[in-house]
Amino acid sequence: MRRFLRPGHDPVRERLKRDLFQFNKTVEHGFPHQPSALGYSPFLRLMAIGTRSGAIKLYGAPGVEFMGLHEENNTVMQIHFIPDQCQLVTLLDDNSLHLWSLKQHGGASELREEHRFTLKGPPGSPPSATQVTAVLPHSSREVLYLGTESGSIFVLELPSFRVLEDRTISPEAVLQRISEDNCNRRSCELVEALREHPKNPDQILIGYSRGLIVLWDLRAGRSFVWLSFQQLENLYWQRDGSKFISCHYDGSYTQWPVSSDNRQPEPLENTVPYGPFPCKAISKIYWQTTKNGLPYIIFQGGMPRASYGDRHSISVIHGSQQTAFDFTSRVIDFFIIFSSDPAAEFDDPSALVVLAEEELVVIDLKSAGWPAVHPPYLASLHCSAITCSHHVSNIPLKLWERIISAGSKQNIHYSSMPWPIDGGTNIAPDPPQRDLLLTGHEDGTVRFWDASGVCLHLLYKLSTVRVFLTDADPNDNMNTLGEDEWPPLRKVGTFDPYSDDPRLGIQKIYLCKYSGYLAVAGTAGQVLVMELNDEDAEHVVDHAEADLLQDQEGYRWKGHEKLKTRDGPVRFEAGFQPFVLVQCQPPAVVTSLALHSEWKLVAFGTSHGFGLFDHQQKRLVFVKCTLHPSDQLALEGPLSRVKSLKKSLRQSFRRIRRSRVSSRKRSCWCKGEVDALQEMELAPVQRKIEARSAEDSFTGFVRTLYFADTFLRDSSRHCPSLWAGTNGGTVYAFCLRVPPAERRMDEPVRAEQAKEIQLMHRAPVVGILVLDGRSTPLPEPLEVAHDLSKSPDMQGSHQLLVVSEEQFKVFTLPKVSSKLKLKLTALEGCRVRKVTVANFGSCKTDDYSENDLAVLTNLGDIQIISLPFLKLQIRYPCIRKEDVSGIASCVFTKYGQGFYLISPSEFERFSLSTKWLVEPRCIVEMPEVTSNNHVHNKSGTENGKILFGKSFFSSSLLERKSGRLMEHALLNDESE
Amino acid sequence: MQENLLNALRGSGWLPLLSVSLGRNRTDLRSALVGCTGIFGAEFRRFSLERSKPGKFEEFYGLLQHVHKIPNVDVLVGYTDIHGDLLPINNDDNYHKAVSTANPLLRIFIQRKEDADYSAFGTDTMTRKKNVLSNVLRPDNHKKKPHIVISMPQDFRPVSSIIDVDILPETHRRVRLYKYGTDKPLGFYIRDGSSVRVTAHGLEKVPGIFISRLVPGGLAQSTGLLAVNDEVLEVNGIEVSGKSLDQVTDMMIANSRNLIITVRPANQRNNVVRNSRTSGSSGQSTESSLPSSTPNILGSLLQGEEESDEEDIIIEDSGEPQQIPKAAPTSESIESLSQIELLHESTQNGFLPSSELNLNHSAGSISMEYEVPEPGRKSLEEEGTIITL
Repeated sequence: MRRFLRPGHDPVRERLKRDLFQFNKTVEHGFPHQPSALGYSPFLRLMAIGTRSGAIKLYGAPGVEFMGLHEENNTVMQIHFIPDQCQLVTLLDDNSLHLWSLKQHGGASELREEHRFTLKGPPGSPPSATQVTAVLPHSSREVLYLGTESGSIFVLELPSFRVLEDRTISPEAVLQRISEDNCNRRSCELVEALREHPKNPDQILIGYSRGLIVLWDLRAGRSFVWLSFQQLENLYWQRDGSKFISCHYDGSYTQWPVSSDNRQPEPLENTVPYGPFPCKAISKIYWQTTKNGLPYIIFQGGMPRASYGDRHSISVIHGSQQTAFDFTSRVIDFFIIFSSDPAAEFDDPSALVVLAEEELVVIDLKSAGWPAVHPPYLASLHCSAITCSHHVSNIPLKLWERIISAGSKQNIHYSSMPWPIDGGTNIAPDPPQRDLLLTGHEDGTVRFWDASGVCLHLLYKLSTVRVFLTDADPNDNMNTLGEDEWPPLRKVGTFDPYSDDPRLGIQKIYLCKYSGYLAVAGTAGQVLVMELNDEDAEHVVDHAEADLLQDQEGYRWKGHEKLKTRDGPVRFEAGFQPFVLVQCQPPAVVTSLALHSEWKLVAFGTSHGFGLFDHQQKRLVFVKCTLHPSDQLALEGPLSRVKSLKKSLRQSFRRIRRSRVSSRKRSCWCKGEVDALQEMELAPVQRKIEARSAEDSFTGFVRTLYFADTFLRDSSRHCPSLWAGTNGGTVYAFCLRVPPAERRMDEPVRAEQAKEIQLMHRAPVVGILVLDGRSTPLPEPLEVAHDLSKSPDMQGSHQLLVVSEEQFKVFTLPKVSSKLKLKLTALEGCRVRKVTVANFGSCKTDDYSENDLAVLTNLGDIQIISLPFLKLQIRYPCIRKEDVSGIASCVFTKYGQGFYLISPSEFERFSLSTKWLVEPRCIVEMPEVTSNNHVHNKSGTENGKILFGKSFFSSSLLERKSGRLMEHALLNDESE
Repeated sequence: MQENLLNALRGSGWLPLLSVSLGRNRTDLRSALVGCTGIFGAEFRRFSLERSKPGKFEEFYGLLQHVHKIPNVDVLVGYTDIHGDLLPINNDDNYHKAVSTANPLLRIFIQRKEDADYSAFGTDTMTRKKNVLSNVLRPDNHKKKPHIVISMPQDFRPVSSIIDVDILPETHRRVRLYKYGTDKPLGFYIRDGSSVRVTAHGLEKVPGIFISRLVPGGLAQSTGLLAVNDEVLEVNGIEVSGKSLDQVTDMMIANSRNLIITVRPANQRNNVVRNSRTSGSSGQSTESSLPSSTPNILGSLLQGEEESDEEDIIIEDSGEPQQIPKAAPTSESIESLSQIELLHESTQNGFLPSSELNLNHSAGSISMEYEVPEPGRKSLEEEGTIITL
């Protein structure tokens, strides 16, 4: 194949291609799939999230993000930042420790893995002896304390990861210090918690799982011992170091005094907050002091076991205020943002940051009512499963502002607090244009995301549910718990995977950025046309039905029923408000949608046929049935075979998740190849080789619809036209007569079938495009009217490009004769899944750009094919071919970027263009002193090699001292 | 098959042009024209033709019309080959073949086109031993035998062929399946498997694609050229190694109109042995019916594929379906044409002058190039809106 498709060896073209095309995966948007660990550095003001697939992601101020991937692809169990350093340590579930650091490189910071280490016990010792359960990076930044399952605490030198064996705190050593009667009763067992004394770095608090708590003095070798009779979960120091708090398996927490005398201390306070009935464990607790004396006690869990044991909660108690924040998914971990200035007298907490399994929730603790903070990133894209997506580039400022204003009215219940995690500096250039990514969801909502930059940020959420009557009352609020309710649960977060009615699911979206018209189509054949309105309004939605079978007798639709509509006026909030509803009959899922805002027409297609609706006159113009008479499957509805639609959706959702689990485990592939081969021999899979015929199922399935003003009938007169392509390789062209603007309301729009093209290879038609006399794709509706595009060339002859899953074909117009073709499947065995025209600009000169086809194949490759000559330019592997949901979710932008789902909750952004590249570029500032020291260090080496050792030594000392000072200055600055 | 011929001879206006005693330099043609009314409605003429200079089919056709004094009647021309098969003469190739293989006599049959019984042609329509005349003279023996319908002789098409025998290793076989105009399914399945290859590291097991099943009555089975467990090496000239089962499936389906599979047969005993091919063995190996196919190389093979690839159909304004013509290349697009193997280059590889065939015999024949089967087309003509179950 290469021999035939290699586009010559034109060096000019090859050079140009280098200036035009380049493939990069730039950033992952959304919420990490299966998060497993959380870390926070008050010093850097950065948050780190680890996942089950071994990824770690760091987030700071909006736009500041870093990503790293452990080679092992093992679950990240714990993340700990080294105090006052740009370094962090991760613990994986294979018991390996990894040191990561943020280093500046080429003007921007990068996250790199520096070291890895696995704790090894003496020969013959059981693996539990070295299984790390607790990690404490010491404030000296020189050592790491590792608590293990055996109860030993190992000391690791940083950054070399060398075990300092003489400093190991063995359980025997601890027991020696304990009075006789205690040590007989219990052994030390597993180390649950290690906490450094907030004031005295020489003392660490050790909590063993059986309830023994030891304050160990590293210098003096003294120890204080407390005994609790409950299994210990966690420990927390109070700020002044005079007390600490322990939380327990039975849902209680205990406050203990710390005094210097050696008497056996008694607990100050022992409470079961949600008693008296048995409660679940409190797994983590914070005790935060404030100026007014009332502490914030914040803990995870502790709910009454019988009635609320299934809740994922975090409780905040402040004086008489108490709220149990109730999460829809499991809480992974949480932290509190409080004053980190060591000199400050109080903790003065400002925000609670909770990482749940499916979302990040931040609660503002400063404002009354503790409202949630709207996160600028880590949005839960999948709060209802994503069913489709649509990208619109270069949104006009006016529309952008109107969408934002509509969205801000929806966000009034959010806190106005600035985003508290604000470390690092975003140094990426401002995005060159405003881009919108629209996602359709299973629950009938459309979310509008700001996709211009690195942070995918929710601007506005549109719900189509209001138009329909559904079982669930939209006013039914989950938060209608009375005031006296105990425990005081409050639902937080947006993740809601349960859909009231799967028929509401959004399948196709089309937004006209110039007019603000939006067309949305769904699972039960519903098509809504909407208009942007800045005010709330109450109005009746015009309702029409499109009988795509045209009253044929003898058909029986066995799929779902159509949605019931609400009679009478409906109240819509500001934003996109539907004014027309067309329901296809039979109510099969809408498979294609096109909107022409200038002609005020909307076209829609299902597996039965397609129709055209005039949304100005609110009149159905025509319908065309594309069914083959023998296609019984399409008639009955594909879902009739599946008993429950919900079930099938759930299964597909699960499938997406499952495919995700292995998505990062790429390295294992080569090894497993031999095994895979043997497996294949055991269970051979057969594939039938058969030519497609007209009788195949779903040949009438309408895959694509396209409006074009072109020469359909004769070469002298162009007219509006509608093109439709089906699964069976048929293209229909309809000639439209749209009355002129002044008579638009008086005369009906007429349509007449002008052409029908049957592709002999019968592959599904996935794209139709008309090229003008200059071989440029026709502009979008209203694009010319807004002076954003050259008007199309109507002098030269137009050409029709039909893209099927297997071939690209160019035909002349108006007399259809075939001009060019490119066979893809016959030569490469891959099929077209997605195709778009993209504009590629040269990175060298501003004045050159060209249109090409960006094509995603079923193998996950992306190919760029030139227009109009259909020459393959370049090919990049992008998505694994096994990742079916990733390939299905891919959406291209008009400027050579794209998005695809790497998990139900994450979009990977990629770029094919050298010019349009959105990727994080940020700096995390080290304390300035450090950089000074670098200079010092450098000069030291320049002075002479003999001095090197000494100067290095002194400089590192200096670094420590002055580093501290500078940190204080920095933090003071921030708190002011 | 004799019965067919007899039926043909008796019931219709066959003009068995019995002929041709060959002299050393002259072909002696004797023809008989049988009157339409008689039981032996045949007329014989005998004349001769110079064997070394047979001339063109057109000329021969004119000569026949002249000899039988039917200058304006369209006729079908057939001959019996050395095996006694009645085969058509409708182009220069098979005309030359007929003349060159005739020994000593070339028997020609002509039949008025409108009365043509196309079932007459085919293998074993004549037997070696029986004289055609004897069949003609004993017409009543086979009255009750039903017709076996065989399509029109001028549309005779290969169903499959072994090609490129000269350039392939003897252990490989390149099979071409022609799937058009027939309702017969391709009818085979492929699977993953492993095969042993000799590599730089010695023998190695590598993944391969194999034929796993042949559907009874399918095209693949009826050719006898493919068998279960044959390893698929190439599809239309493209190696399948490194491609997944799904990819190979897609490639085969995309090429299903004209599928060329190179296999390593599981049974290596029936391989074509080079230099021992004999001509005129019709029905035994299809290669002889395509005498010019052997020197194909991959390039022309692909081009041939392009050429024989059916064209799409257009229906304008609810009119008749028509093939979409090829646009005349403009100067602008020529550069690209030469680079991406486009439609226009019609390299004659001798396989399928299909479009010519159509042009020559357009009268009264349904062009089999149309892929839309008859019922489908009808519904399209009815604007496709009325669908009857």
